[in-house]
Amino acid sequence: MHPLRKQRLMIVIFIVVFSSVAVGLMAYALRENINLFYPPSKIAAGDVPHNTRIRAGGCVKPGSVQRASDSLEIRFLITDGTADVKVNFNGILPDLFAEGEAAVINGIVTESGEINASEVLAKHDENYVPPEVAETMKDKGEHQKTCEGLKYGA
Amino acid sequence: MAWQWFHRLGSPRWFYEKTTPWLPWLATLSIALIVTAAVWGLAFAPADFKQGNSYRIIYIHVPAAFLALAGYYIMAISGAVGLIWKMKLPFMVMKSAAPIGALLTFVSLVTGSIWGKPTWGTWWEWDARITSMLILFFLYLGMIALQQAFQHRDTADKASAVLALVGMVNIPIIYKSVDWWNTLHQPATIKFTSKSSIDPSMLYPLLMMVIGFYCFYALVLLLNTRVEILRRENRTQWVNDLVSAINKRA
Repeated sequence: MHPLRKQRLMIVIFIVVFSSVAVGLMAYALRENINLFYPPSKIAAGDVPHNTRIRAGGCVKPGSVQRASDSLEIRFLITDGTADVKVNFNGILPDLFAEGEAAVINGIVTESGEINASEVLAKHDENYVPPEVAETMKDKGEHQKTCEGLKYGA
Repeated sequence: MAWQWFHRLGSPRWFYEKTTPWLPWLATLSIALIVTAAVWGLAFAPADFKQGNSYRIIYIHVPAAFLALAGYYIMAISGAVGLIWKMKLPFMVMKSAAPIGALLTFVSLVTGSIWGKPTWGTWWEWDARITSMLILFFLYLGMIALQQAFQHRDTADKASAVLALVGMVNIPIIYKSVDWWNTLHQPATIKFTSKSSIDPSMLYPLLMMVIGFYCFYALVLLLNTRVEILRRENRTQWVNDLVSAINKRA
C-alpha cells in the first residue's frame, strides 16, 4: 500500500475509534437514564423517587391479577425474581397483557411502595410459535417458563 | 500489480458498463423473491399463538431494518475507501446509498409503530432501540443534506464521508441496545450463534424476504449509482457517445 494511503487509512481508523470511544463513554455515563424502566427490586429497595412519574417493568406474577367486577380496575404484582411490587391500574390493557408475560408500567410510586399506574404496556417476547406447536410445548411443560430468565437489570 | 483490479473497480465507466447486464437479473430475482415470500408469509405461514395475525408485519419490518443497518455500513465503507484511495466511484456509491437507507429506516420505524399499537399498546416509546433507530434516520438525512450543502463536489464528498464514519458507531448500538438496556422492544429473534426463537414455518419466508430485500437493495443502489455516474461524468466522451447512441435510436 502507498504510504500516503496508509496514512489516510490511519486517519479513517482514528475517526472511527475516537468517535466510538466518545459515544461509548457517553452511553456509559448515561446508562441508568437509557434504561426504559426500573426493575421491581430497585423500587422495593427504595432506590426510586416517590411521588414522581416513573416507568417500572417486570413479569406479571402468575396468579396475582385481581380484577374488579364492576369497573376496569385491576391490581397485580410485577416481579423480577428478587422482589414484587404491587400495581394499581384503572384503564384499558393491551391485548397481550397476561400473567407470566412482561409488562411496562408508567405511573407514580406511592409512599407505601405501590405503583398507581396511568398506562400499562405489554412487553412481548421474541418467540414466534404457531398455536399447534405452542399446545404441544405446553403439554411437555416446555413453555411454562414465565418471563424466561427474568433479566430486568436486577 | 495486486491492486490493479481494485483500481479498475474505481473507474466509473468500467463499473457502468459492467453492471448493465446485471440489472434485469437482479430485478427479476428480487421481484420473484419478494412476491413469493410475501404470499408465503402473509397467506401460508401460520399465525402466532399470542399475537395472532398481527405478527405478520415482521415480514416487512425486519428485512427493512436489516437493510437499513447493512446499508449504513455499505455507505460508510465506501466513504472510507473514497477517502483513502481518492477514487471517484466510492463517493458516488456513498451518495447513492443515503436516500435508500433513509427510506428503509423510515419504513422500519413506521411498520414498527404500526406493530407496536396492537401488541405493546403504544405507537411510540422512547426506548433505546427505537430512539437509536430514529438517530439513524437523522444520520441518513444529514448525509443527504450535507451533500447539498457544499459548492464543491470534493468538499461535499469528504465531509459526508467523515459524517458517515462517525455515525457508524450507532450501528452496533442499535443492534445491541435491546441487550444492554431495559427496553420495550424485545431482543433479537434471528440469532446467528444459536437457534432462532421463531418456528421454522415462519422463519423460512422471513429469510426469503431478507434475501429478496438484499437483491432489491443491490438493484436500487446500482440504479442510483449509475444515474450519479452519468451526472458527474457528463462531460466525458463515453457518456456523450452513450447519449448520442440513445438519441439516434429514438
